Amino acid sequence: MTYILGVSALYHDSAAALLHDGTIVAAAQEERFTRVKHDPRFPAEAIRYVLAEAGIGLEDVAHVAFYDKPFLKFERLLETYLAVAPRGFNSFRMAMPVWLREKLFLKDLMKKELRRIDPGFDDAKLLFTEHHISHAASAFYPSPFAEAVVLTMDGVGEWATASVAIGRGNGLEIVRELHFPHSLGLLYSAFTYYIGFKVNSGEYKVMGLAPYGVPRFKDLILEKVMDLKPDGSFRLDQRYFNYTAGLTMTSKAMEDLFGEPVRQPESDRLTQFHMDVAASIQAVTEEVMLRMTRALAAEYGIANLCMAGGVALNCVANGKILRDGAFEHLWVQPASGDAGGALGAAQAAWHMELGEPRQPVAPDAMRGSYLGPAFSDSESAAELSAAGARFEQMDEDTALARAAAALADGKAIGWFQGRMEYGPRALGARSILGDPRSPSMQKVLNLKVKFRESFRPFAPSVLREDVADWFEIDDDSPYMLLVADVQEEIRRQMSAEEQALFGIEKLNVARSDIPAVTHVDYSARVQTVHRDTNPKYHALISRFKALTGCGLVVNTSFNVRGEPIVCTPTDAFRCFMGTGIDALVIGNLYLEKSAQDPALMESYEEKYELD
Amino acid sequence: MSMFAELWGFLRQRKKYWLFPIVIVLAVFGALIVLSQGSAVAPFIYTLF
Repeated sequence: MTYILGVSALYHDSAAALLHDGTIVAAAQEERFTRVKHDPRFPAEAIRYVLAEAGIGLEDVAHVAFYDKPFLKFERLLETYLAVAPRGFNSFRMAMPVWLREKLFLKDLMKKELRRIDPGFDDAKLLFTEHHISHAASAFYPSPFAEAVVLTMDGVGEWATASVAIGRGNGLEIVRELHFPHSLGLLYSAFTYYIGFKVNSGEYKVMGLAPYGVPRFKDLILEKVMDLKPDGSFRLDQRYFNYTAGLTMTSKAMEDLFGEPVRQPESDRLTQFHMDVAASIQAVTEEVMLRMTRALAAEYGIANLCMAGGVALNCVANGKILRDGAFEHLWVQPASGDAGGALGAAQAAWHMELGEPRQPVAPDAMRGSYLGPAFSDSESAAELSAAGARFEQMDEDTALARAAAALADGKAIGWFQGRMEYGPRALGARSILGDPRSPSMQKVLNLKVKFRESFRPFAPSVLREDVADWFEIDDDSPYMLLVADVQEEIRRQMSAEEQALFGIEKLNVARSDIPAVTHVDYSARVQTVHRDTNPKYHALISRFKALTGCGLVVNTSFNVRGEPIVCTPTDAFRCFMGTGIDALVIGNLYLEKSAQDPALMESYEEKYELD
Repeated sequence: MSMFAELWGFLRQRKKYWLFPIVIVLAVFGALIVLSQGSAVAPFIYTLF
């Protein structure tokens, strides 16, 4: 009976995860509880939740594992400042107060915070794992493989920006690392900044924007900005960047190279130039990842690849790695960002520090990533009543029938069921759903429900057994981390007139029989829905299929732009009342927008800082 | 004070003794910055700090 608590905190996406004898009991991000997107604070709420889920107190926990090593990071910081001095003073001036007040004293901070939860907490229980070990552990240990090559890539951990590890049984050994400042994650973030999106949250937008452009700068980037080797390792020419010394990601040299200044977020228009830059950096990223995976497959002769780290959330590149076939099997940790480090740190403590054996399970040990809080119908009803909601309680069969009928009727549905997802994607537990056949659904969801840029595509949730009917993929993709093209026969070719439309306007042209989830390049970010891991969601889509012949729905996260995904029924009701969602299904409680008290409507659009 | 002992242990293990005087200077320098301003402002690029 050993409990291990994993914690990631203080940089972004704080989270907590709890293991019981190596089995994942619960995991959640702090932002869901505090309602602050990417909340970096100590995850006190998430820790309280995971302990409550297990019905234990902190005193029952044998070890608390933190997901990185602050001194190593401090060493990198000092050496970097020394290397670039006297440049970098501004950055130094910003960084030092945070370090001298908080981060250098991390152990004390952890002790203090944990003693708020358990006054008798013994600091001998604290363990620290390296950042990329945490990522690698979160990629390998929950995977279904007994043996795998583990590739982690992100912005930067301590020194490492990418690592290769070999996982066998309960062992995990890092065999190679790429070090700061040469980083694929930071390269992508630098271009995210250059295109005028927020670093660390706008990377998805770059990926979504890429299909509108032509990768005409790919060669320029490979020639001037980086020196890419055949095995995928590379060095970045630091003349074009400013992240080691300054407070911006790119330097003036980058602007000169591309001939345009950094786009000012929310004021400068997105032009074809920005779309071409997005396409180019996406193409470069794919090139780097494919070179790496091909070289690793050839070198180690292992059929399985596991991935984690922020770059592993680039589902377009993941899809290409899978189709490339260098590795037969690919498993990507759904919480690949730093939140997943909490889980990885705990698993590294269990298998590597304590040496406990590991038994891989199929399809994986993540349980669909449904690892957060759940609410019973009576708990939800109590919360909703307190919020002034008008709802109908019904049996599951009726709730499913009503929801499926509303979807078929073109309504946007809030779908709040069971345990909340761990990781950045909504996977049918805290989702907004729609009809993928509707030509207007993408625009409606983007502008009236999510209040976000109209170019951003939506993802399909498709019955696992139907996936090959709609998409050119016949693999499991339960975590929405693989992109595949829609099948040839359901595509609709553009006329010459439509072809000539400018960038984003192309999105208004239906590209297939399921236009709401088909991107301009015919790609889709597929989530396969499995009866074993999410039976109710599977049942809903099956009902929708019975009504329409279409075994998939549009799935987007239950939040608005800049807001963390909803956690509780109260959060869900508030988001429902503040947006254009037509109906909300919480467990077996059904809420119609038209039945609600208009006085409870609130302006939601301005509520969250834009991401 | 345990932090300083641990930091010293860390530098010893990493054989980076040369960083020690720099740490001291930077710490003093940094402390001045801390004292001369009201609040610790979190820098915007998460990855570096």
